[in-house]
Amino acid sequence: MSNADKSTIVLEAKGITKRFPGVLANDNVDLKLYKGEVLALLGENGAGKSTLMNMLYGLYHPDEGEIWIKGEQIELKNPRDAIDRGVGMVHQHFQLVPVMTVAENVMLGSEITSRGGILARRRAEKRVNELSHQYGLEVDPTAMVEDLPVGTQQRVEIIKALYRDADILILDEPTAVLTPQEANELFRIMRDLTAQGVSIIFITHKLKEVLAVADRIGVLRGGRMVGTAEPATSTETSLAEMMVGRSVILKVEKDQARPEDIVLRVENLQVKDDRGHMAVKGVDLEIRAGEIVGIAGVQGNGQRELVEALTGLRPVEAGQVTIDNVETTNYSPRQITELGVAHIPEDREKHGLVMAYTLADNMVLNNYYRQPFARGIVMNKEAIVEKGTELVKEFDVRPPNVNATAGKLSGGNKQKVIVAREFSRPTVLLIAAQPTRGIDVGSIEFIHNQIVAQRDQGVAVLVVSAELDEVLGLADQVAVMFDGRIVKTLPIEEATRERVGLLMAGSEA
Amino acid sequence: MTTEEKSDSSGRAIQILQRIWRSLSVPLFSVFLAALIGAIILWLSGANPLGAYWALLQGALGSPEAVGRTLEKATPLVFSGLAVAFAFKAGLFNIGGQGQLLIGGIVAAYLGFAIDGLPFIIHMPLALLGGSLAGALWAAIAGALKTYTGAHEVITTIMLNYIAINLTDFLANGPWKDTGIIARTPKVLDTAVIPSWGFIPLGFLIAVLMAVLTYYLLFKTTWGYAIRTTGLNAEAAKYAGIKVGRVIILTMAFSGFLAGMGGSVETLGVIGRYQPGFNVGLGFDGITIALLAKTNPLGVIPAALLLGAMDAGGSQMQFDAGVRFQIIDVIKALILFFVSADVIVRKILGARAVDEEKVTLSTGWGG
Amino acid sequence: MATTTTTGATAKQGLKLDAGLVGRVAIILVAIAALAYYFIQPQQATAVYASTLRQSTPIVLGALCGLIGERTGIINIGIEGQMLLGAFIAFMVNVYTGNLILAALAGVLTGALLGLFLAWMSITLKMDQIIGGTVINILALGLTSFFYVAGLTTKGKIQPIPLGPLADIPLLGPIFFNNAPITYLTIILVFFFQFALFRTVWGLRSRAVGEHPSAADTVGIRVNVMRYMNTTLAGCLSGLAGAYLTLEAVGSFERGMTNGRGFVALAVMIFGKWTPLGSWGAALLFGFATALQTQFQFLGLDFIPHQFVGMFPYVLTIVVLAGFVGRSRPPAAEGKVYDPE
Repeated sequence: MSNADKSTIVLEAKGITKRFPGVLANDNVDLKLYKGEVLALLGENGAGKSTLMNMLYGLYHPDEGEIWIKGEQIELKNPRDAIDRGVGMVHQHFQLVPVMTVAENVMLGSEITSRGGILARRRAEKRVNELSHQYGLEVDPTAMVEDLPVGTQQRVEIIKALYRDADILILDEPTAVLTPQEANELFRIMRDLTAQGVSIIFITHKLKEVLAVADRIGVLRGGRMVGTAEPATSTETSLAEMMVGRSVILKVEKDQARPEDIVLRVENLQVKDDRGHMAVKGVDLEIRAGEIVGIAGVQGNGQRELVEALTGLRPVEAGQVTIDNVETTNYSPRQITELGVAHIPEDREKHGLVMAYTLADNMVLNNYYRQPFARGIVMNKEAIVEKGTELVKEFDVRPPNVNATAGKLSGGNKQKVIVAREFSRPTVLLIAAQPTRGIDVGSIEFIHNQIVAQRDQGVAVLVVSAELDEVLGLADQVAVMFDGRIVKTLPIEEATRERVGLLMAGSEA
Repeated sequence: MTTEEKSDSSGRAIQILQRIWRSLSVPLFSVFLAALIGAIILWLSGANPLGAYWALLQGALGSPEAVGRTLEKATPLVFSGLAVAFAFKAGLFNIGGQGQLLIGGIVAAYLGFAIDGLPFIIHMPLALLGGSLAGALWAAIAGALKTYTGAHEVITTIMLNYIAINLTDFLANGPWKDTGIIARTPKVLDTAVIPSWGFIPLGFLIAVLMAVLTYYLLFKTTWGYAIRTTGLNAEAAKYAGIKVGRVIILTMAFSGFLAGMGGSVETLGVIGRYQPGFNVGLGFDGITIALLAKTNPLGVIPAALLLGAMDAGGSQMQFDAGVRFQIIDVIKALILFFVSADVIVRKILGARAVDEEKVTLSTGWGG
Repeated sequence: MATTTTTGATAKQGLKLDAGLVGRVAIILVAIAALAYYFIQPQQATAVYASTLRQSTPIVLGALCGLIGERTGIINIGIEGQMLLGAFIAFMVNVYTGNLILAALAGVLTGALLGLFLAWMSITLKMDQIIGGTVINILALGLTSFFYVAGLTTKGKIQPIPLGPLADIPLLGPIFFNNAPITYLTIILVFFFQFALFRTVWGLRSRAVGEHPSAADTVGIRVNVMRYMNTTLAGCLSGLAGAYLTLEAVGSFERGMTNGRGFVALAVMIFGKWTPLGSWGAALLFGFATALQTQFQFLGLDFIPHQFVGMFPYVLTIVVLAGFVGRSRPPAAEGKVYDPE
């Protein structure tokens, strides 16, 4: 089924090395891409995949090594050089200007003009239509990008590359924002493209996808290319071992849940998003002490607004929230915290930590005003440092210096600080939003075990994650969120990937 | 990551000195560079820079009266700098120091001349506090506007400055006017005057006291924690349960309180009444001082003394060396530049950046 | 951060009316009132309206400066300083050469240099842009104070150029067709930039750089180069505003003569939703408020002390800012340093 033409190498990287302050992002990496193939680049978060691709696109410059495109060695000084040679990139975080139309975004930088630098809007729209028909990527050229659903935005990104005559396409974690069904649609598009002679590098950390779509697999670990593999002769486990370097337990170890009384009850909750549209359209939810309810769903279906409403960071338009028999609808964050709610926020840098504060000061972010950290309005530094030291040790935060500033820590350690803080208070309800996004496997395991431990101590746990595997691994009950509603709740035994995937896309199952 | 040095007393001392040098090197060198460029400008305009600076120094520190003058000039600058530095900690840019100072000054003057029959021990604090509270209110307007409408305080405080100029002009020319032609308030009664001890104005000591108080407030209390968290990461502050809107209003209010106190002290302690031409440009000096002090309330004191010395020595410089004292304004602007663009100074010195709580002001600009 | 206030208060939404409808109704009411005033007191009305256009000139130039910079991602609160120093240099050149065109150009160049300075501080030195703008303001005040010597005279200011028979049309003639060159130029610039910003390659790229710099970067646009260029270009406009003040409006120089116009320009820019035409409308409103001050006496309002009349533009600025800032969206990436690697 492969369209690969092994006689032609369209892209080659030799000995690429890149250093950033304090980290060797890429270490002597070699890479070959054949014409018409889909090369999957596999690696966990922080392995160096994006860095490598950014260099192939001219955004970063290698410290050592060579890049050869279509048989010619070239130094890519900026994206223009890469674009001129037919390289196009679809980034993980879309590089689209939200307030401009599809056509404007597509032509930006390579504008179609009439004389004098005046934009020829209509011709640009026509060109977008041509491309979208040719490759089966339906979009409306006059639509404002911010109004488009995420899957469509991704198609705009692909058209952007094709508009510039790209025949080498780099896709960086393209399925992060898609349902399993949309991902399959993307794979179909990829096969069509390779049939027309386009060569694709596909970056991901999702093992199932790699096996589904790749012709060849390259595995990056710690900045090094540790090997290549063929999907025919690989399994998820063998690939995971290459990715991580040791045998990896893919499933979270946990005992059977023993749920008791209802701790969180949500009735017909309605919440608006930043733009005033209803994002949560009537959610009902129940979580008991001693169980983990996982909310699965593609990002952007109201999960963020739901979590913010439950934790007091966003006003509730209608409906009720009850925690531990107290009605907490529209309570302030402090009131909710004082009831015994722990919250691991989705965006740790934005909500969870003050980067310039020490770890100790961050540890008391939620209760700096209470004894023993403060008496009246006077703060007690010794008590704060003491507690911080204790927590840093217990939660294995590295480096274990309580007086270092939080901004210096790695992603995984930052998350551990937040987890340490949240778990150090008496808790009845834990709300964890994207708890392991962007952190290394070791920290992921640690945090998952901590979450299960909380459950076993009788805490009611809500985990919201865009990573389906995380939800399926942790949850006792799986609630699927689509278009602002919980469309179905399944016990874990009945929650198969296919079924959940369909529900995530809005189909009945 | 702390290196465990031997607990040798000289080793520790060196460590402390190194820390002090790292903190102070940028501000000190900024002043030096500014003075250097100022000297070049002087030389280009035909004056003798060394002679000018020497005269400046004489006028600032050359005699007990000079020192007294320096302390006097420095006093409102301490308040001004504290006001700006305090607001900075919450991520707010209070450029309204001048307006708050004027309002504070005139209200203090009014309380000083209009109320008769009170003993000093009540009258003076009353006038002082009254002026300070007036300044607080004036600044709180900008704080409330920011909280409830999102209007950025840079524009609103500057607008309030112009409004304050008009308002105080009206009051000094109208209902609160003294007898006579000059537009000013009557002299404050003796029971409201802030005295001096020899050549040391009591107002300066009040200023130092407020600096210490502000430092304590910011770094040792829960209120201070809430304020600093808001300035460093307002989102995390919300998450922590801090009522950001309230913090903004109260921070602006206290900032205005400090500026208003500066105006009140100037009125009650130095001039003795409110009159126009009352210390223009003090608001901007506050910014320079706050940044020179790296927004640390205790650092405001030496920074204010420096600028106060420059102001005090200015007239001597003009008299002796024939150099217009406005060169000082240029030098102050240059100090501000170098202190803000610390990248430049650090490059020249080869110094590393210090771990500091750095506040950004450009967030919250458009809404 | 766009439509919610710092406290996330959506309470304001209860008061939200359709801004477009309100705006249109307001314009119609204002037009009717303006005509009525003309018929009641033709001479005063004409004088006020003509004055409105002139008073609005430096403000709209300042707003154009602000919005070109902000659309590209650089916040400029140093417009006041750019105007002031531009005015001063234009004045000095006028004093020493008597050549008005040269003086105007000098003002423009000064503005450009200060724009370049702001760009340098913001982009290369990575200073907080609001502090950078403040540095410019303080520096301008200091330099103009130091170098200005009272008593310098010029040979006069730029005279209005009536556009032939058009200047004789009642009401519209004296207002629109009998103005000095910079005033004419300003109107042309408003329309020019409205077109350029939204219909040309330069405009598209500039806006992209201000909304989503990495999107621009990934298609090969040099973000920081554009920011440098646009900020310097924008500076020319503030410099022109300063030249206008001293060469066309007043004819001499006074310390601090800009009097807060640079900040009013920022409010106007926000009110005008960062568009040239919108800013022009808002600037006309402010110009009108300022022009009206001289008419309070004639309108029988002379019991109001003159200081309160003087407050009027500043109070209006606050009201406008408070009413409109939460409702309009600034360029998404403004004020942030772009540092890809």
